Amino acid sequence: MSQAVVSAQDTAPRDWTRGQVGMLSLILAETSFFGVFLVAYLFYIGRSLNGPYPEDVLELPLLATGCLLASSATIGLAVRELARERVARFAAGLFATVVLGGAFLVLTALEWQRLIVDHGLTLSTNLFGTTYYSLVGFHAAHVCIGLLLMIGVLALAVRGHVHRQHTERVDLLSWYWHFVDVVWLAVLSVVYVVGV
Amino acid sequence: MAAIDGPAPGVAERARSRGWTETLHDWVATVDHKKLGLLYIGAGIVFFLIGGLEAAAMRWQLAFPDNDALAPDTFNRLFTMHGTTMVFLVGMPIITGFGNYLIPLMIGARDMAFPRLNAWGFWMFAFGGLLLYFSYFGSTGLYGAGSAPDVGWFAYAPLAGKAFSRGNATDYWILGILISGFGSLSGAINMIATAFTMRCKGMTLGRMPLLVWMMVVVSFLILIAMPPLTAAQVMLLFDRFLGARFFDTQAGGDAVLWQHFFWFFGHPEVYILMIPGFAYVSEIIPVFSRKVIFGYAAMVAATVAIGFLSFGVWAHHMFAVGMGKGLNIWFGAITMVVAVPTGIKLFNWIATLYGGKIRFRVPMLFCSAFLMQFLLAGLTGIMLASVPFDWQLSDSYFVVAHFHYVLIGGLLFTIFAAVYYWFPKMTGLMLSETLGRWHFWLFLLGFHLTFTTMHVQGLLGMPRRIYTYPADRGWEIWNLVSSLGVVFQAAGVVCFIAAIALAFRRRVPAGDDPWDAWTLEWSTSSPPPAYNFAERPEVRSRRPLWDQKHPDDPDWKYE
Amino acid sequence: MTRLGCALALLLVGIAARAAEPGAVQTPSIFAPVSAPSEAIADYAALVIGICGAIFAVVVALIVVAMVRFRARADDDGREPPQVYASNQIELAWTVLPILIVFVLGLVTARTILALQKDERPEGWLEVTAIGHQWWWEFHYPEYDITTANELHIPLSQAEARRPTFLNLQSQDVIHSFWVPQLSGKTDVVPNRTNHMWMEPTQPGLYVGQCAEYCGTQHANMLLRVVVETRDEFERWVERQQRPAVADASLADERALFERTACINCHQVRGTLADGRFGPDLTHLMSRATLGSGVALNNRANLIDWIAHPDHLKPGARMPAMQLSPAQVERVADYLVSLE
Repeated sequence: MSQAVVSAQDTAPRDWTRGQVGMLSLILAETSFFGVFLVAYLFYIGRSLNGPYPEDVLELPLLATGCLLASSATIGLAVRELARERVARFAAGLFATVVLGGAFLVLTALEWQRLIVDHGLTLSTNLFGTTYYSLVGFHAAHVCIGLLLMIGVLALAVRGHVHRQHTERVDLLSWYWHFVDVVWLAVLSVVYVVGV
Repeated sequence: MAAIDGPAPGVAERARSRGWTETLHDWVATVDHKKLGLLYIGAGIVFFLIGGLEAAAMRWQLAFPDNDALAPDTFNRLFTMHGTTMVFLVGMPIITGFGNYLIPLMIGARDMAFPRLNAWGFWMFAFGGLLLYFSYFGSTGLYGAGSAPDVGWFAYAPLAGKAFSRGNATDYWILGILISGFGSLSGAINMIATAFTMRCKGMTLGRMPLLVWMMVVVSFLILIAMPPLTAAQVMLLFDRFLGARFFDTQAGGDAVLWQHFFWFFGHPEVYILMIPGFAYVSEIIPVFSRKVIFGYAAMVAATVAIGFLSFGVWAHHMFAVGMGKGLNIWFGAITMVVAVPTGIKLFNWIATLYGGKIRFRVPMLFCSAFLMQFLLAGLTGIMLASVPFDWQLSDSYFVVAHFHYVLIGGLLFTIFAAVYYWFPKMTGLMLSETLGRWHFWLFLLGFHLTFTTMHVQGLLGMPRRIYTYPADRGWEIWNLVSSLGVVFQAAGVVCFIAAIALAFRRRVPAGDDPWDAWTLEWSTSSPPPAYNFAERPEVRSRRPLWDQKHPDDPDWKYE
Repeated sequence: MTRLGCALALLLVGIAARAAEPGAVQTPSIFAPVSAPSEAIADYAALVIGICGAIFAVVVALIVVAMVRFRARADDDGREPPQVYASNQIELAWTVLPILIVFVLGLVTARTILALQKDERPEGWLEVTAIGHQWWWEFHYPEYDITTANELHIPLSQAEARRPTFLNLQSQDVIHSFWVPQLSGKTDVVPNRTNHMWMEPTQPGLYVGQCAEYCGTQHANMLLRVVVETRDEFERWVERQQRPAVADASLADERALFERTACINCHQVRGTLADGRFGPDLTHLMSRATLGSGVALNNRANLIDWIAHPDHLKPGARMPAMQLSPAQVERVADYLVSLE
């Protein structure tokens, strides 16, 4: 439909693009969403009627955190390369981001496996299990969404469809990824520091 | 792309000769903000009629003590569906619809920032609504009798948990609202992006029409308040399907936590619904008083202040749950503070009337009634914020009266005003002034018969959500009067529908600017072409059309 | 405009309710208080209504004057009126004035909250634990070790010998709310937490109320009756309740039948095999005036109807129909009627 493209060309001079404003709005809404799960986690700390309790089973996931933080850096570098039309370097940076994000997911999966198989902690075991899996799980789901989007961009880049003029869109993806990263820092401090 | 710059010759003729399938395809596949706006409003009106019938059935049951017109479960489903419908499927789409329709026109843009997202939002809302109503047929399986949710529109835990709400009715409630919530979120993102990045030349933030400002504030409230509801509903869904323990009191879960989450959404939601009402009034009162809005900056500031305050008052719905003194005092006090910016608005509207030449056309009639009814709604709000008084009033019919004064006396009256005011722009046709007046007076009478009396029932100790009551409580006459009011309200709504139907039969042309108004939407044709403006406008003040009509005394000299 | 009239009408109704004869059900108006906390709330409410009423009158007058004075006239010259954009002084005035009113109201509110939500309990207070069930009330008096249902008996509190009642509120299932308007404001009854409220009645009589938080199918028939009695009457009532159930030898067969039915899984009759705790205690069933949490008068005919088809009087009630033969139902009712 022609209406869809009308707005792009004839807007007034501005500082922010509609994509940027839209992405920031989405991030605001997501912040509010995660806020509620964080509050629920904090509220139920120490209220589980039976174990396992967080202090007995949780280990600080330093490696996973390192992977995720590093992936924020790599996607930032990748976007800068794209702005200079160095597509190969961009693709390499994006690939590194996907690998690091994937590593984070694998590490999370291993932690869940340990908790479920070794400690018998599931969503319905106690309040800790309920709040832990839903909070960490929703974060992991956001990592998955980010990874899928990046894999899509990567596929397009490998086929030579991504160029400098797409920098803004890829940049918006990186904003989302940084947000997922920041959420992880909040989850980390609430679940693995405050709650233990 | 060529079509964007001007209408291709023959487009209109072609459109007229199309078959109904093509017309249908046009509406279903549209990404035009005006068509989507009309779809939102139209869907909202359809759900409004359904929700109204549900209310009428409840008033029939309550007209007499010990009545058995409706079974208890039927009644409980009706009030659950009525509340859910009116908030999520009537209020939300209608305000989103007007926002969609008007924001681009008022800021001189050709569409919303994300037209396809806009269409996606509408269809999410529509399917969410259909899913909720499908529960009547499908919630116990298609071969069963089916049943709608009966847990109340705020679905308190643990009543909404699996232990006390078996079957799938509550799941339909959760999923229907959750899905239509995605629609609201996308609409909010769209409105913010549009208002911030698509304004025409010269339209600084300080020159945006008040309606646009207020819809921006509303959109921020949606962004912050809606996700907590979604999150809480996801928790409830986990509890019901995956055996999670969020609200399971047997496992140490806290029933009150749901209330905190729900009302952290629920109270801002009241302002999400009410601020658009303020927005319509702020556009309509100046035009019919022939005066510029008094205190534009104060109006914006008051709206933003209400937005901020709305996040600090949620627990005033919970004064009876046994909170500590400190929290009770805090939430009571903050709630009373909301009266200050709200008062500023009311006084600004009155000051706009003052010294004007007020034309009491139908939109203005609805706005006039709004002013007094909303004043009363605010004052009963103060009474409910007065914590000890609320220990008596909470969950009584007084509360029912209060929020119907807000949502009908406040919001619905302004929605009617907005429909009468912008219908000529949307269709190019005038609505009948005579039928409009009948609509206004009948509805006004019915509204007061029904809801003014409900204050009394509440003070006499009648709790809300009861399907029947004994004959010896002294509530009979008040309930009967309340129920009688429904007849007049229904007659008013019939006049409203008749006025719309008649407009399409009589086809009295409205012209571009029937009210001699001042904002940009009146500068284009009625209805506006798909591209809104042949040439993108340029403005120098808040009232570009005033500047045009009064070149000797333009606004930009004073702002 | 209608608001003040309503407030007046209400006060009249309140007064009328106050004057009603003892024994009959009074309208549970919040403006007919007969207990210390509800009196404090009614006084405070009158103040709040007064302030709000005054504001309403002034602002409506402003609106009406503006509308009448500045309406467009028939002989209008068509020129636009003078445009006034804003005025800092005026806007400051109508910002500051409401702030002052809110400030004063806030202080009064805080004071009333602190007075009513109190922790200290005077000498001689009575403790009652009220437990909300779907859809009836259980009352337990720890001091006297008695349990009853739906009809709460509490003593009068007099200036010379205060005896306020403090309730511990607990729920067996979902959230309920305890509300007897003439005695006190409402307090929610929340599972997994104990809430507190108090009443200090100053006039004997029967006061009605009901559950005020939607709690499922029969929320409407979760009625409350509170009997306020003089100290002596209350002591006599307690003494009667403490006795074990009447064991009428002429009804031994009926009692044996009752003890063989599933009734005893849920109901308790002290001194018999019946020791269920899920339903109301029936030890002194006939000391209560109503059945099914106030849904019908407690007499033999209604009991028979209730036992045979609980759904008839109270659709959705948790008590199952036990599929007894009509003759069995009559005999069980005969036994129950003996439980004075």
